[in-house]
Amino acid sequence: MQTTRRDFLATAGAAAGVAAAPSTAHADEADHDRQAVPSDPTLRVKALESLLVEKGLVDRAALDALVDLFEHKIGPRNGARVVARAWADPDYKRRLLADANGAIAELGYTGQQGEHMVVVENTPGVHNVVVCTLCSCYPWPTLGLPPVWYKSAAYRSRAVIDPRGVLKELGVELSEDVEVRVWDSTAEIRYLVLPERPAGTEGMTEDALAALVTRDSMIGTGHALAPGARA
Amino acid sequence: MNGVHDVGGMQDFGPIRPEPNEPVFHATWEGRVMAMNMAVAAWRKFATDNRRYARELIPPAQQLVMSYYEKWYAGLVANMLDAKMVTRDEIESGKPAPGTPRLTPPLSAAGVPAFWEKGAPKTRDVDAKARFRVGQRVRTLNINPPTHTRLPRYARDKAGIVERDHGVYVFPDTNALSLGEKPQHLYSVRFGARELWGDAASARDSVFLDLWDDYLEPA
Repeated sequence: MQTTRRDFLATAGAAAGVAAAPSTAHADEADHDRQAVPSDPTLRVKALESLLVEKGLVDRAALDALVDLFEHKIGPRNGARVVARAWADPDYKRRLLADANGAIAELGYTGQQGEHMVVVENTPGVHNVVVCTLCSCYPWPTLGLPPVWYKSAAYRSRAVIDPRGVLKELGVELSEDVEVRVWDSTAEIRYLVLPERPAGTEGMTEDALAALVTRDSMIGTGHALAPGARA
Repeated sequence: MNGVHDVGGMQDFGPIRPEPNEPVFHATWEGRVMAMNMAVAAWRKFATDNRRYARELIPPAQQLVMSYYEKWYAGLVANMLDAKMVTRDEIESGKPAPGTPRLTPPLSAAGVPAFWEKGAPKTRDVDAKARFRVGQRVRTLNINPPTHTRLPRYARDKAGIVERDHGVYVFPDTNALSLGEKPQHLYSVRFGARELWGDAASARDSVFLDLWDDYLEPA
């Protein structure tokens, strides 16, 4: 089984139209695959979908529903509601920091890749930033699918060795007095940063507060917006 | 596996390039790949750990140049081959092998919300003894398994402090090989930036990793 898998993977890049030399041992096979599998990802993915539908393994309507969920039902607007509630309601904030799963579930943002949540709080003295150096772990129900830069080798490699440099590159300047805590998501715990509440937001409604909460502020690579600013 | 997926601490990958107003998917096929990954996962023929391991097995030179969703496509097919859900001939021809019975029922559109809500928790309600306690100083093992592990290279043979006991979780190193879940305590362990990167790093900063009992020894 291992051989089957490795053989497929060895040719996957070539089949994907990627400029990579196939391994010598499988050169003939790779050439064969290049002809057998359409190089255009659109065609290859359509072919796979048709096969899985024909085999009864997937239902097209379910795929439509999943794409809709990824595009419209999850995303950083959900996380922003969590943050705004925490800013507006000290009891909620206490629950969120003590038991993130329970507190986030109160707002209904549960589901795949949000099963084990931990919320870390930014303060004037501590700045938290989240990364996944091994793959692309990210809290889907509250933040949606991760952006390309979060999944990039550039971010994943440097966030742990040079967090201050990365933050500066992304527009977050921290004084030397501030302690930086990097959270490498090496297991199934998913981290959400509770950003600092901006000055001048006293008395604002939760809706207005939520509009100040950016995706990046919940990863730790940005600050929440000042009132009147635009994302 | 000491593979190219394990990039923590590597250098020279260039600038980070945020994309303003980035769409969730950049092409329709990306969304279909993601949705197929979910819908096929609903059969529970393989676990998240198997899926990560499959993507790690993509040969390194290709892994570095394939797009994210190309890797998820390749990994999905590899997992389905392993689980005997499809054959290589079927993938190449795009047609089911003659006479193969249809597997039914797949995840339906009506079933998506419940499937989503339920998630796939990795905690296990078993009586595993915690080998370490919060506040304890620990050292990570110097291990180099040629297979899946979630102990990154940059954090091996390093001393840190247990900051939190998350409870009992599935152990990925065995689960990815389908050798069992081996549930054990998972901890948040804090490492000083200088312990990881030397004296040029800030004395104030730290990196937290989530690490299982089997990765740790008392320091």
